[in-house]
Amino acid sequence: MNDFWILLTGALVACSCSILGCFLILRRMAMIGDAISHSVLPGIVIVFLLSGSRDSLLMLFGAAILGLVTVFLIQTLHQSGVQSDASIGVVFTSLFAVGIVLISLFARQVDLDLDCVLYGEIAYVGWDTLEIGGVNVGPKAVWALGLTLMLILCLIGMFYKQFKLCAFDPALAAALGIPVVLFHYLLMGLVSITTVASFESVGAILVVGMLVVPAATAYLLTDKLGRMIAYSMAIGVICSTAGYYAAVILDASIAGCMITVAGVLFALAFLFSPSHGVVWKKRRQRRSALAEAAVSG
Amino acid sequence: MDSLRELFADPNTRWIIMGCVLLGLSSGVLGSFAYLRKQALMGDALAHAALPGICIAFMLTGSKSIVLFLIGAMVSGILATLGIGAVTRHSRIKADTALAIVLSVFFGLGIVLLTQIQHSETGNQSGLDKFLFGQAATMIASDVTTMAVISFVLVFLCALFFKEFKLLAFDSGFARGMGFPVALLDQLLMLLIVVTVVVGIQAVGVVLMAALLITPAVSARYWTEKLGVMVTLAGLFGALSGFVGTWISTLGDNLPTGPLCVLAATLWFGISVLFAPRRGLVAKAMLRARAKKAIRTEGKPMTASEGGAL
Repeated sequence: MNDFWILLTGALVACSCSILGCFLILRRMAMIGDAISHSVLPGIVIVFLLSGSRDSLLMLFGAAILGLVTVFLIQTLHQSGVQSDASIGVVFTSLFAVGIVLISLFARQVDLDLDCVLYGEIAYVGWDTLEIGGVNVGPKAVWALGLTLMLILCLIGMFYKQFKLCAFDPALAAALGIPVVLFHYLLMGLVSITTVASFESVGAILVVGMLVVPAATAYLLTDKLGRMIAYSMAIGVICSTAGYYAAVILDASIAGCMITVAGVLFALAFLFSPSHGVVWKKRRQRRSALAEAAVSG
Repeated sequence: MDSLRELFADPNTRWIIMGCVLLGLSSGVLGSFAYLRKQALMGDALAHAALPGICIAFMLTGSKSIVLFLIGAMVSGILATLGIGAVTRHSRIKADTALAIVLSVFFGLGIVLLTQIQHSETGNQSGLDKFLFGQAATMIASDVTTMAVISFVLVFLCALFFKEFKLLAFDSGFARGMGFPVALLDQLLMLLIVVTVVVGIQAVGVVLMAALLITPAVSARYWTEKLGVMVTLAGLFGALSGFVGTWISTLGDNLPTGPLCVLAATLWFGISVLFAPRRGLVAKAMLRARAKKAIRTEGKPMTASEGGAL
């Protein structure tokens, strides 16, 4: 049963992350995803210190606020003349440092272990269960992630057209009267919420891998956004499942194995994707060169 | 002030301060070139990518010598830069996504190896996980001498190749036209950054090493328009952050040195954003106020005459 809960948690993390990852990649904001996943840490710690509980809902709220603050700070710095990647670097490292200092300062009050923050504790999700009216309804993490996935599906489903247009041509979207800034912050808010919901299971640092790698793999396989999202989700689920079994066999970190599997899949797509793979491209080039030589000869 | 005197009285703390100051100095200097080359986040990627190299070096040799780690991290850092280059060149994936992919996959692999080491029976693995966040308190005299030598070499190489790096940072196309080996110089700069990162990992750790490369350089950029001054200032800011961070961390229990050095650098950054001459927010606001005043005093008769004409 514990295996089932772990696999389900992994699949939920993978699905939520890979949907959002598609939009992050298309908007060229992969590193902002990385920044958010680091800088929600102080939000989590502060909410934890204020409320004294690991109540997931409050934590999601605190982290969403911190995520939006991060995006806002990065944009303000960028507009005041700092290069965009440098402003990302300055903001997320300082916020992450604040988080670590807070954890070390209140180490006794905070039941947050740095290892757990880093690698996540997906192996233990099965034990932290939720009870409603005395009935055990499954692990808390599954409920939190399920709700997050539902939220993402609802919002992206409702505003699919708008998100799509903002991803490909923000200028046209703005000209058509779509509130581009609002959708930008909505996406960033979703990324922060997902980061926190996944954080207990895969760890703060590896969330970015789940966000970016499956989506990038899917990006190499198709030219349609709808298909890209579907492929990306499927790849994410394969990564989390295969990663779990690899971790069991190797006796290593589950989150690390998931990302490693994702990396292997990406390398395969990079080399052998039928439309964009390096190998086929080279072959096509050689064939056309040969054809040309034959014609001219 | 008493705490300052105490700081220097304790030989152990003296070594740690020396280490952090040297680290701040060299990372500030190299960070300036990385920043101008528009590769600020490369330091972040290289720092994360160093982890599997360090783990493999440890697994192969079983010792925790800084030189071996340097070699391991250098190999995986070079692999990471090659990977990023290959992905951006041969597919339609953009540079930032390639950076994020390489960073997370290398780091994931590193964590897998790290847990392997921790679960293995060798026993002397304790402390390797300190590389994630660093533990400056564990630095000893021999570590600091190694760091001093490496920092000296780094700064010396930067001074030696100052002209070349300057050209590379501002106009790499022109540098190529002049016949400079641009690809080679780029690799050299990367190599120097990797070395800085590896030296810093022990003090501030993989995750926060990027901050020491980026933040002092960005702060220094606020104060000057000249590269020589900027590099010097960045080195100075870095060294000061190292000093202040270590000092504050000795004031209380449970205060980690690495993150505090980063926060000290952020503090410098905040001061620079606000008070730098010409580029700072205060200077800009004053300039704007003065311009507004000038327009108002000049503009009044104009509007009056216009009003009269209407």
